[in-house]
Amino acid sequence: MTVQIKTLDMEPKRQTFGHVARRLGADKPATRYQEATLDVQATANFHYKPLWEPEYWTYDPRKTAVVMADWYKPLDPRQFYYATYNISRANMNQAAERAFAFAEERGLLEKISADARTQIEFGLLPLRHLHWGANMNMTEITQRGYGTAVTAPCIFSAGDHLGMAQIVSRIGLALDGQTGVSLDMAKEVWMNDPAWQGVRRLIEDTLVERDFFQLFVAQTLAVNGVVFDLIYKMADAGWKDAQIAVAMLTEFMTDWRADEAKWSDHVIKTVAAESAGNKALVSQWAADWIARAVEAAKPLSAALLGDNGALAEAAGDAVKTRAKNLGLTL
Amino acid sequence: MTAKKLGLKQRYAHLTRGLDWETSYQPMDKVFPYDQFEGIKIKDWSAWEDPFRLTMDAYWKFQAEKERKLYAVLDAFAQNNGQTGISDGRYANVVKLFLTGISPEEYQAHRGFAFAGRHLRGAGPRVAAQMQSLDELRHIQTQIHTISHYNKYFDGIAEFPHMHDRVWYLSVPKSFFDDARSAGPFEFMIAIGFAFEYVLTNLLFVPFMSGAAYNGDMSTVTFGFSAQSDESRHMTLGIEVIKFLLEQHPDNLPIVQKWVDKWFWRGHRVLGLVAMMMDYMLPKPVMSWKEAWEIYYTEAGGALFQDLARYGLRPPKYADIATAEAEHVSHQNWAIFYQYTHAAAFHTWLPDARHMDWLSEKYPNTFDKYYRPRFEMWGQMAKEGKRFYNMALPQLCQIPMGYTEPGDPTTICFRSTQFRGETFHFCSDGCKDIFDNEPEKFAQAWLPVHQIFQGNCGGATIPDVLAYYRLNPGADNMDYVGSPDEKLWNEWQAEKIKTAV
Amino acid sequence: MSQLASLTLYHNDEARPIIEAIIADNPGVRVLNMPGAVKLDCEGALVVKRASVEERLGRDWDPQEIHLVLISMAGHLDEDDDQFSVSWKH
Repeated sequence: MTVQIKTLDMEPKRQTFGHVARRLGADKPATRYQEATLDVQATANFHYKPLWEPEYWTYDPRKTAVVMADWYKPLDPRQFYYATYNISRANMNQAAERAFAFAEERGLLEKISADARTQIEFGLLPLRHLHWGANMNMTEITQRGYGTAVTAPCIFSAGDHLGMAQIVSRIGLALDGQTGVSLDMAKEVWMNDPAWQGVRRLIEDTLVERDFFQLFVAQTLAVNGVVFDLIYKMADAGWKDAQIAVAMLTEFMTDWRADEAKWSDHVIKTVAAESAGNKALVSQWAADWIARAVEAAKPLSAALLGDNGALAEAAGDAVKTRAKNLGLTL
Repeated sequence: MTAKKLGLKQRYAHLTRGLDWETSYQPMDKVFPYDQFEGIKIKDWSAWEDPFRLTMDAYWKFQAEKERKLYAVLDAFAQNNGQTGISDGRYANVVKLFLTGISPEEYQAHRGFAFAGRHLRGAGPRVAAQMQSLDELRHIQTQIHTISHYNKYFDGIAEFPHMHDRVWYLSVPKSFFDDARSAGPFEFMIAIGFAFEYVLTNLLFVPFMSGAAYNGDMSTVTFGFSAQSDESRHMTLGIEVIKFLLEQHPDNLPIVQKWVDKWFWRGHRVLGLVAMMMDYMLPKPVMSWKEAWEIYYTEAGGALFQDLARYGLRPPKYADIATAEAEHVSHQNWAIFYQYTHAAAFHTWLPDARHMDWLSEKYPNTFDKYYRPRFEMWGQMAKEGKRFYNMALPQLCQIPMGYTEPGDPTTICFRSTQFRGETFHFCSDGCKDIFDNEPEKFAQAWLPVHQIFQGNCGGATIPDVLAYYRLNPGADNMDYVGSPDEKLWNEWQAEKIKTAV
Repeated sequence: MSQLASLTLYHNDEARPIIEAIIADNPGVRVLNMPGAVKLDCEGALVVKRASVEERLGRDWDPQEIHLVLISMAGHLDEDDDQFSVSWKH
């Protein structure tokens, strides 16, 4: 027999967990984001030194040169926890599915000119490898970073990059009749074409960066802001008569970029604002990696758009402005 | 020649491992600095067979759907005060043990699979590991959200992360996962992906989830079933890893065998807490630990190791001892916690006559002979107003040394080894072997009793230590009888009787 | 020694056509009912056929949709456009 207890005062003894209440300043109702994020990672009394890096504990704030009194200061303005992240991406992806279905029904990619096809094969498809490198970086920060607030969104971002790499791949498969030929060609271009080598070198350099916050700046500010924005936001003209098809099929990337930046910008701003020391370090990293990204992207911009690298420079300038708005000195 | 349309496997390969490349501007060994030191030899990463083929769009779609359903149940549970529907107030202590002991390990798994998801050289396993990292984050977060509602009414839950890092019995699961996290990527995959997530997983989940189902804990049941569908993917990854390593090179066999032995034994020790939960903490018991072990290890493990025998792998060392211990471990552990519940963040209690009869029935070889007398003696003491609490801060040889000699339940099992002029103590051959294999690694563990005596836990008295734990004395600890939890539960029961027609 | 391939599914409306298809397509399958779930065991191998499920479901069905109702499994997994199966190969 189930009986509804209507008369009894079901006043709870406490509103939330102890560590959450201490952070909120009082025992009051907490959000699901707060309960799922705050203080979840272990911080003390580790039992064994990692065999693969015994100079640090498993979770160790010294794995970066920036110093935070509290790594739970850089929270996620989107307040993503697992459920809301997946629901967000499932929704974004539904639009992507409709776009692919529409493109297929109308044969949009069959109708494009040979010129546009070449541009996409050359200028867009190899980006799937850059997304893969980005996936590796965001996974690295997840494993190596400190505190759930910063690291949890990184595994979300890694999943996003894998998803976007798969979208780009599907564009290729749509172009080549599901044979994979365009993807094999794109890999050739990625590995050997001079236009792309700067970018490949750039991402390979990030793959060996062990300071987890420097890596965060390099990836989310420089790589995202210069190279991804160059191709997805600024290179429309490069797709010739396929502009609309490409815009439709890469809408996910546009939505993603705004969403990701809301988080990554906030994290960078918060860490830089912590101290003069942090500000100096983060600014230096930003300046360095943005410059490298611009140099890397210039040959690509030139080859795709015939602009001598001007758009790559413009992308770099836009990122520098963004960085200054985050409180960095470049 | 016109190219053929891709088959499903090849299409998936293009969408995953086809994204990877051999770096040339940076040496591959610098990009992957951790995957060689363990001595595992991989001749050909492309021989990896993807255990399941989930592209991210499918992942987001299915997982979003599962989450919508789960949170609808969690919301309904909260709205309808589902916590009043559990079988008895004692059941809440199962939930406490889960959140303080198991959930933090889900978080460790999330970070550990991110480590494997970046540092294994093969792209195929990296994708699978990353999905598991996402899944494990799902598990910790949904567990926190599920148990958040219990925290509002029951004690011993509110300080779960703080306690996990400090409380003596929680160092059992904590050290298990610290060990896995400090291991290399291949050992991690065998330890957690195979030994824990394949061989032993049902021995963790079935007890808790069926226990929840039988005891009216609808939210945990729902979480459990929902999480289990992720677990199926984890199982396929675990079995693919061990198959792959054993197929790649014969030199891998002794290394993998050692890991299987080690992690089976460490897992078995951690599961002793689950055994105790199954046999003593469920007001409505599901099955005995002995029965669960028979179904989920002896039978299921039998089929598994028969399958793997073709590689030369033998079943885990000391599996026979673990099986024999299934008759004892729950009783020995509950006896320990009964005595030390003043220093524990959950309540304990004596099994009543009916429950002792159930235990007699389930453990015909051991319960009446070795354990009933103790509980009856303690029952007598409680009746006389002298409920027994063991006030000695135990020597190292009492808490971890609570297990008995295989074949002789009247003798405490005690092993030791010398390393660098120091003597180290162990509860079993299994643990001693693990230490002897890697003495450097294990010589430095954070042992609760040592730390207390060294003054690193707030002070040398029990009140000092409880404060260091952020344990609320008189609420989080002590017998269930007389606890604020019991008082609250009785108030709810009284209301039910009043309002029932 | 027997080697049971196994799938454990939710026992709900969504899983019903799948459960029925499994029972129809796997002679000798053992069905174990548990609270809220059903465990299906078969010696050596257990297969879920897309066509079989679609027949009972009344719409197109992607074998990967089984992830929504799957609780546990035992055996090596194989999946393609037309089926989802678990088996012990040796």
